[in-house]
Amino acid sequence: MEVDRRAMECAVDAQSLISISLMKIHNSRTQRGGIKLHKNLLVSYVLRNARQVYIKEKYAEIYRMQQYEEVMAVCNEIQELDPLDLGAEDGDEEEQGRAACCGEESRPAGSREPEQPYYRSCCMEAPPGSPCDQFAPNGGGGGGSHCNKTTVLDLDTHVVTTVENGFLHQDCCCAAPQCAPGAAARKRKVDSGGCAPDAEEPSDFTAARKRLKREDCSNPDCNPDYTDTSNISNLISIFGSGFSGLLSRQADLEQVCSKQALASLGAWTRAIVAF
Amino acid sequence: MGEDAESPKINHTFLRDYVTEADVISTVEFNQTGDLLATGDKGGRVVIFQRETESKGESEEAGEVGDSGEYNVYSTFQSHEPDFDYLKSLEIEEKINKIRWLPQQNAAHFLLSTNDKTVKLWKVSERDKRPEGYNLKDEEGRIKDVSTITSLRVQNSLPCGFTVPVLKPTDLMVEVRPRRVFANGHTYHINSISVNSDGETYLSADDLRINMWHLDITDRSFSILCDPDLFSAEFPPHHCHVFVYSSSKGTLRLCDMRASALCDKHTKLFTPFTNKSFHHQCKVSNRETQFFLSGSVVSECPAHPQVHEYLRSKLCSLYENDCIFDKFECVWNSSDSVIMTGAYNSFFRMFDRETGRGVTLEAWRENSKPRAVLRTRRVYTGGKRRRGDVGVDSLDFTKKILHMAWHPAENIIAIAATNNLYIFQDRVNPDAQTQ
Repeated sequence: MEVDRRAMECAVDAQSLISISLMKIHNSRTQRGGIKLHKNLLVSYVLRNARQVYIKEKYAEIYRMQQYEEVMAVCNEIQELDPLDLGAEDGDEEEQGRAACCGEESRPAGSREPEQPYYRSCCMEAPPGSPCDQFAPNGGGGGGSHCNKTTVLDLDTHVVTTVENGFLHQDCCCAAPQCAPGAAARKRKVDSGGCAPDAEEPSDFTAARKRLKREDCSNPDCNPDYTDTSNISNLISIFGSGFSGLLSRQADLEQVCSKQALASLGAWTRAIVAF
Repeated sequence: MGEDAESPKINHTFLRDYVTEADVISTVEFNQTGDLLATGDKGGRVVIFQRETESKGESEEAGEVGDSGEYNVYSTFQSHEPDFDYLKSLEIEEKINKIRWLPQQNAAHFLLSTNDKTVKLWKVSERDKRPEGYNLKDEEGRIKDVSTITSLRVQNSLPCGFTVPVLKPTDLMVEVRPRRVFANGHTYHINSISVNSDGETYLSADDLRINMWHLDITDRSFSILCDPDLFSAEFPPHHCHVFVYSSSKGTLRLCDMRASALCDKHTKLFTPFTNKSFHHQCKVSNRETQFFLSGSVVSECPAHPQVHEYLRSKLCSLYENDCIFDKFECVWNSSDSVIMTGAYNSFFRMFDRETGRGVTLEAWRENSKPRAVLRTRRVYTGGKRRRGDVGVDSLDFTKKILHMAWHPAENIIAIAATNNLYIFQDRVNPDAQTQ
């Protein structure tokens, strides 16, 4: 599609547009005849739009990468373990992980709350008849080969990620109540609820995020602070910081993960979810 | 312009391609009768061309009537010099942004020319006689003593008399003198001037403000509009109390000066269709306001989206090389049926307003000999490629036609291509009314 290709081109060039715009503004200060008001207004307009596109794309990429890194990690975990073995060291996490992979089938009693599948199903929107079905108790291998996917090699981190057509977190979380009715029918692949063990954290950012997600999966009645709405508050705080938020996201996340911050945000974030 | 297109022995191509920045034409304007054509360049000079009348011109082909259509240099003068604003430490360019002719009231012609900051009124007058027969000096060259004069005679016959000089015909001399200098009216760059039909006032517009001046008063102007979204302004040809200004978003606003002194509130708003993407907005904003000669307002140049449509895929590179900020002028013929605008690669395009049909032509020295017929060109964007089509990637973005003018009565167009001025005439339909 012509429009999609064009949109992609512009998104990919957002960073170059930003640098070109800044260079133009800088050069205009020394050019003969003084600053041309109209041209510089247009340049600043382009700069603003490019920045917004860049931030959106950056966050989408980050969250998608995180999702699938955890997916891969959990899949690897599942493959190593005997799917029927319930005596894992970190019992809570393993149960959640397996439950996440295998849908509702191997759900241990008692430690799941009803909302969890709803949340998961929203966050991982896979087409029906997806490789989710492959996650039988045997544990699928590198499933997902039948979905619409793009495999991306990140040259910076050397991570191979497979990008599916999925939703962003904030869309999922806000839509969680609406997804509820249909969720039971869907079999899920590994969700982004992030029940990965601590062993393979590549960075503090990832660790904080995984911790956050793990907390999301737990019973909200037991721990009202660590609800799935904490992800919303997380994102809100990042996006609200504007461009500087992009640079200081780690600090923001760590703050948000702390109990005090969550407690203060809890009330209104719950209101957003309810709405 | 009568130049030979061929140089048989010596290849002067490299010399032709070298363009001095100061020679780049920055504005083109016919006067009300079309006999005079003024061009301004980046070096601050104004060159006026005059149309050759049939009596002066060479032999014409059978069947042609009227003037030959050839324009020759009439006068050249330095209008603006580079200046410096000491308060802001800014250089003021001498580039002529706009020229406007005043309606002719006597034998002399008057025109307004403006650079970024200063508008000047020039008087262009001819002199073809000069007085001869002065005898103020005696044989030795000394000035005669007045007290020794006893008579005044017409002919130089007596040594002790002054003679009355006699006017005798001489070679035509064109004198251009500055009559008014309108300075210090604008903080930002003046982008347009427009003379009121009352013949007494004119307006000058910069990026933020419209000032109204009286042609006889240079130390005062009235600020009639402050709008951060101002792009250009124009008076209509027949109504002296309204004016129109355009904004960067492509909207036009009509203001009535009788309503209030400060025309902040517009009387009418014209909003054309605009594409919302930010890149396209840059293109839409690069459009001047123009009035039809009949006095109705142009709300949208319908051909505009089609003019540069093939450049959509190159928007990012156009932004990079600043070409996206190029302002292409849009001109009409006298019957308001055809619109013309410029493009890249020395192309310019004409559109029929009613049918929307367009034709692309090229103003390029190598391809046009005097009196040759222009052939149509095409930018290849897909589909079947014809011979002579130019691909979008091979367009030369340094050869842009930004400025042009259409004769007020006939189908004669003046195209400014960098440092060259091309004048084309429609020999098939010389009069606009017959088209």
